[in-house]
Amino acid sequence: MYHELNDMIVADKLTKTFGDFTAVDAISFEVKKGEIFGFLGANGAGKSTAMRMLCGLLQPSSGSARVAGHDITRQSEKIKQTIGYMSQKFSLYEDLTVKENMRLYGGIYGMNLTAIKAKTASIASALHLQEELDTLVGSLPLGWKQKLAFSVAMFHSPPLVFLDEPTGGVDPVTRREFWELIYAAAHEGTTVFVTTHYMDEAEYCDRVCIMVDGKIQALDKPGALRQMYNTNSIEGVFLQLARTAKRMAD
Amino acid sequence: MNAISVRNLSKSYTTGKQTVEALCNISLQVAAGELFGIIGPDGAGKTSLLRILATLMQPNAGQASVLGLDTTKDYKAIRQKIGYMPGRFSLYQDLSVEENLDFFATIFKTSIDANYQLIKDIYEQIAPFKKRKAGKLSGGMKQKLALCCALIHKPSLLLLDEPTTGVDVMSRKEFWDMLASLQQQGLTIVVATPYMDEASLCDRIALLDRGNFLEIDTPSGIIANHQSTLWAVKSDNMYQLLQDTRSWSGVTNVFPFGEYLHCSPHSSNTDIKELEAYLLSKKQQQIVVKQIEPQIEDVFMHLMNKHHVS
Repeated sequence: MYHELNDMIVADKLTKTFGDFTAVDAISFEVKKGEIFGFLGANGAGKSTAMRMLCGLLQPSSGSARVAGHDITRQSEKIKQTIGYMSQKFSLYEDLTVKENMRLYGGIYGMNLTAIKAKTASIASALHLQEELDTLVGSLPLGWKQKLAFSVAMFHSPPLVFLDEPTGGVDPVTRREFWELIYAAAHEGTTVFVTTHYMDEAEYCDRVCIMVDGKIQALDKPGALRQMYNTNSIEGVFLQLARTAKRMAD
Repeated sequence: MNAISVRNLSKSYTTGKQTVEALCNISLQVAAGELFGIIGPDGAGKTSLLRILATLMQPNAGQASVLGLDTTKDYKAIRQKIGYMPGRFSLYQDLSVEENLDFFATIFKTSIDANYQLIKDIYEQIAPFKKRKAGKLSGGMKQKLALCCALIHKPSLLLLDEPTTGVDVMSRKEFWDMLASLQQQGLTIVVATPYMDEASLCDRIALLDRGNFLEIDTPSGIIANHQSTLWAVKSDNMYQLLQDTRSWSGVTNVFPFGEYLHCSPHSSNTDIKELEAYLLSKKQQQIVVKQIEPQIEDVFMHLMNKHHVS
């Protein structure tokens, strides 16, 4: 099972075409257990399509991938049960309370009531939300909401979590507190697959992958990429690569 | 003349038992011809301010004038003279690119040809797709079309609500280049953005947090006003470095900042070498420590903290 795996994600020539348009073009890469893996690319480079395939939400046209030990084509349901997922756009139900959201997600992931109760208590104490358990999520400040959303995505202790632009619009202090949650999760062995438009956040990743026109054009540690492209930031690397894009998608 | 003058403006929203103060007695002047940035996170009040300036909403208290006209009394005249791009894409998804542009031109009793010069550079980038329905455009294209529609009646003031949110670094750069060239043609531009790194592209900026302006000045002026000592630190184990640096009593406000951590010494007598020695004693390797100039984001975080406490 995935506990014994060294590679949490293995993609092999993963491809998705829509008509005559190749959104994702034979990408191959591995994500190691416990790694923070930054997945970058311009709008339209194929990031979302690749991510949807890895989450078991979209079938590839060709190629294959194993996510947490499961095959994305044949075992997509298994993948959905195994992974955690959070995006800026959709995470929590605003018209449910903090506690109800956790109860709902725990239930969806098939946890029993005792486990849900224990996890609810531990998250509440970690985020200092004990007084807010019966508050509607909609009335929490955005910073708390995002941190809570992350904790809920981690509710069933997944070995791998996908974070799709988790920090968009969040204030600079909360954005950093959020990354400390990511660091802590990775430190405890969770693999983190994250997309972001903040280039300073790309520097926090163990390795960064940059997609251009459906292909992976760069994949390495941030320091190695900076050196390779002779620039002092990942933003510099990104801009050099994005300029080579031919696609007019976005 | 000021393009915008805001005096003691307040706006609150009440839902059920909760009242949120979106804008708390704020004042602001924007000079004609300025490229002015309103910088702050979600929930800071950026949209409320822009909607009041665009005459789409009335304040609870205070006054705002736009191009010398009062936003409450002269709203119709203001609407003829401003271009407003809301944060959410609000063109007609089922009209084509060309039809949308033509529609907005017609509403303002003008034509695409009449003011084509102003939008030419931007429109040419989306012209290959002019028969495509707006709803079928990609994010970057939608944004360019929305900007064209906001410009079609040749406004003298542009109000842009988060035009670059959710957009990649490359497209953001292109968008700011477009704004710079519009400014050169004489437009006054007010841009709201959550991206602190866009601050340096504006003539002046207002840092907005929970309905209050933390500071209004030129980007370099704001940085010059906050010349407290700031250190950058890195090593080969950033997570452990964060814990170790925080455990040292000599520094405060330790936060990740790109490939470095930033922190401030408690006292001006503290030597940066002491921090380096402490980190060495914690078995950190490949340590780099240096004193740095703060960026707008450092200042924003500093002011946010101060505001929290007071």
